[in-house]
Amino acid sequence: MKLDVNGRAHEVDADPATPLLYVLREDLKLNAAKFGCGLGQCGACTVLADGEAIFSCITPLSVVQGRRITTLEGLGTAEKPGPMQRAFIELQAAQCGYCIPGMMMRAQALLEHKPAASEAEIRAALQPNLCRCGTHMRIVRAAVRAGELMRGKS
Amino acid sequence: MNRREFIATGGALIVSFALPVWGQKLPGALDKEPLLDAWLRVGADGRITVFTGKAELGQGIKTAILQIAAEQLAVDMNAIELVTADTALTPNEGYTAGSNSMKDSGTAVLHAAAQAREILIAEAAKRLGVPAGELSAQAGEVRTRDGRRVAYGALVQNELLHVRAAPQSKLIARIADRKYMGKPVARVDIPAKVTGGAAYVHDLRLPDMVHARVVRPPSYGAKLKSVEMEPVAKMAGVLKIVRDGSFLAVVAAREWIAVQAMRALRTHAQWEETRKLPRDVYATLAQLPSQDSVIAGADAQPPQGARLLQAEYRRPYQLHGAIGPACAVARYENGALTIWTHSQGVYPLRGAISELMSMAPERVHCIHLEGSGCYGHNAADDVAADAALVARAVPGTPVRVQWMREDEHAWEPYGPAMITKVRAALDASGNVAGWQYDVWSNTHSSRPGKAGELAAAWSLERPFPPSPPRPIPQPEGGGDRNAIPLYKFPATRVTHHFIPEMPLRVSALRALGGYMNVFSIESFVDELAGAAKADPVAFRLRQLDDPRARDVIRFAAERFGWDAYKKQNGRGRGFAFARYKNLAAYCALAMEVEVQRETGELRVLRVVAAVDSGEAVNPDGIRNQIEGGILQSLSWTTFEAVMYNDARITSRDWGTYPILRFSHVPLAMEVHVIDRPGEHFLGTGEAAQGPAAGALANALAHASGVRVRELPFSPRRLRVTLNA
Repeated sequence: MKLDVNGRAHEVDADPATPLLYVLREDLKLNAAKFGCGLGQCGACTVLADGEAIFSCITPLSVVQGRRITTLEGLGTAEKPGPMQRAFIELQAAQCGYCIPGMMMRAQALLEHKPAASEAEIRAALQPNLCRCGTHMRIVRAAVRAGELMRGKS
Repeated sequence: MNRREFIATGGALIVSFALPVWGQKLPGALDKEPLLDAWLRVGADGRITVFTGKAELGQGIKTAILQIAAEQLAVDMNAIELVTADTALTPNEGYTAGSNSMKDSGTAVLHAAAQAREILIAEAAKRLGVPAGELSAQAGEVRTRDGRRVAYGALVQNELLHVRAAPQSKLIARIADRKYMGKPVARVDIPAKVTGGAAYVHDLRLPDMVHARVVRPPSYGAKLKSVEMEPVAKMAGVLKIVRDGSFLAVVAAREWIAVQAMRALRTHAQWEETRKLPRDVYATLAQLPSQDSVIAGADAQPPQGARLLQAEYRRPYQLHGAIGPACAVARYENGALTIWTHSQGVYPLRGAISELMSMAPERVHCIHLEGSGCYGHNAADDVAADAALVARAVPGTPVRVQWMREDEHAWEPYGPAMITKVRAALDASGNVAGWQYDVWSNTHSSRPGKAGELAAAWSLERPFPPSPPRPIPQPEGGGDRNAIPLYKFPATRVTHHFIPEMPLRVSALRALGGYMNVFSIESFVDELAGAAKADPVAFRLRQLDDPRARDVIRFAAERFGWDAYKKQNGRGRGFAFARYKNLAAYCALAMEVEVQRETGELRVLRVVAAVDSGEAVNPDGIRNQIEGGILQSLSWTTFEAVMYNDARITSRDWGTYPILRFSHVPLAMEVHVIDRPGEHFLGTGEAAQGPAAGALANALAHASGVRVRELPFSPRRLRVTLNA
């Protein structure tokens, strides 16, 4: 199977029915997308396919073949964090942090289409994703801030 | 030498041994581990390593400990390497629980580092022939006034820091000079978490690692009658099926194959189940035998008089529900076992695993790596046991085990169902004249230490039964945590009815009984204030002496705009307060809610909280913990109850056990930290759970005119209750 992940072409040896999440984590050794429920109920596994947020835990490889997949690793590094990552660091928007990559990708999907999304729009977009530590207030503020950074505000 | 441990690491030698306790109590966890070099070491190259037996759970303890150590050692934070809970390296600090990490480990590191600085300065004074008072420590060096410098690394020969701590520290860094403590320093663990770094035990990938999944029984006590293993063993990629009695697991080279094989194996398994879960848990709890202890006011007379009120409150079983199911990696090699775990207690886990595996504790090495969430005793220890059992079946090969969502929902130990009853009388001036409070609860800790506390151990051919449940004694308490009100109510009598028999598996969930007791007390205080026609905040203040308690209450009320509040239709305000465990952080909060009578939907609009954690090492860390505690408590209180039938847990995913989503996140939240520099650190991580529930109950009553005393305030319950 051929996969386009974070701008790079990968060839993986896996059953086309395998959920994308397992291939991202095991074959490509990417950490950010997380297993949470395997049911598409919590969003910890959220990544982008052609800019659209998907639950990678229930999306088979066959569905994403030929689509542009972006994981949190594609938004920057610890040394050179992208706007979404800078915003989450600036707002200290994590406790345990397990849900955070999914939150960031869900927010990224919205802001790529609509960089000036309002706080209410961000909250609505994040509805599919669960956080158990109760970091929601900071997640929303960080996503708002990421939009500002994307729009060039310092 | 009375040697207990003798461990070589990285060329340096750490020696730690038990000394008889004499003289004064030492600060924090130094009292249990008094040697300075058990807490910090300075290498000859100047490298500084700090050790804590506490674990990072996302509460920010790493950052806070580093802030303290850097401040007291007068070095940059990034010059210190921090080692957390590891049975080969760190002090045994039991569990990272009870909001005790700052009080125990933070205090120990504070004094160990301050005393180490003092020793380094004294050593430099001796060598340089300069009075210690004329020397200062800075950036890893001791400096003279005339510019001479000697590096810490050059001073530490001859086990300079291998000394017993003193009860007092002479050189605690002056508050006015502080660079790290008291500052909102950015968390050291966040950059990796937001950029896809390896941040969790879930992300550990060892060479040749394989994956396992356990076929958990369908219900408590279910016995595996038969299982057809052959079709699954033949699946491509399946390496092994492990069976020991009713413990059944499958090992595969790849994770997705392990999941599919586990599902296939489940369809080939026949179980014998029992049907003994309670139909009505509250009726069951009321009937089960209890061990009763009067924890306050043994001589107090029951409340009497014309203005007598009483109420009963109920709380269902509730989940920890970490977003990432529990995970562990284990390797069994040459008769020794290494386990990477997100357990809250690596040493107690080591004890339990060594019993489970019939291995000497010295042959079991438990290393903490972060997990998802925590919030108390979840399935972290259980999955470590699963990994250990499977690893022994594939010697030399590291095994990663992760629970599935349904495993976590059905098998983690829940926060216990509870009942409270309270009666109180008001005097002529509208103050409480007598208070009688009773709480019925199972244990709030069935943590390991013994093999019988590990889920897998119950299923083995030779099973380990759970240890007899025990209550946690006052002053911290378990089911009776925070059961004694902090208010100066006369004739207060409080009884803890401890129920040993557990219909469902339960253990420590954040705040333990403190959540339910504060919910009950603060609800009833509002009911009494209503009967006394008093303002709820004024009613609390006039019956409370503790000045720090009064400060957080006044602060939260003022910032909320309590006195100027104008009630609108369908909306209401609520207030609540508690000091966690009656000995840790103070937390008061006010909130405004909106309730839709037709749909039963309850929405929090805004929250204002004030917290006093003593000296605030990291104010932003405290704010983050309180914000999180409030939102988690709002989720428990609004939505959450474990569902079951007579045999099985039926709430096995987020559809059947809904929790807070963004649609119900308050529009605004403020958390104000009242800093008390120089005061003791007061544990904060669990301080908001009770007050948030109490304030929500009171706001709901204010908005709707109906007092709801049974949790949760789900739309279904409110639709019925508000329209009755």
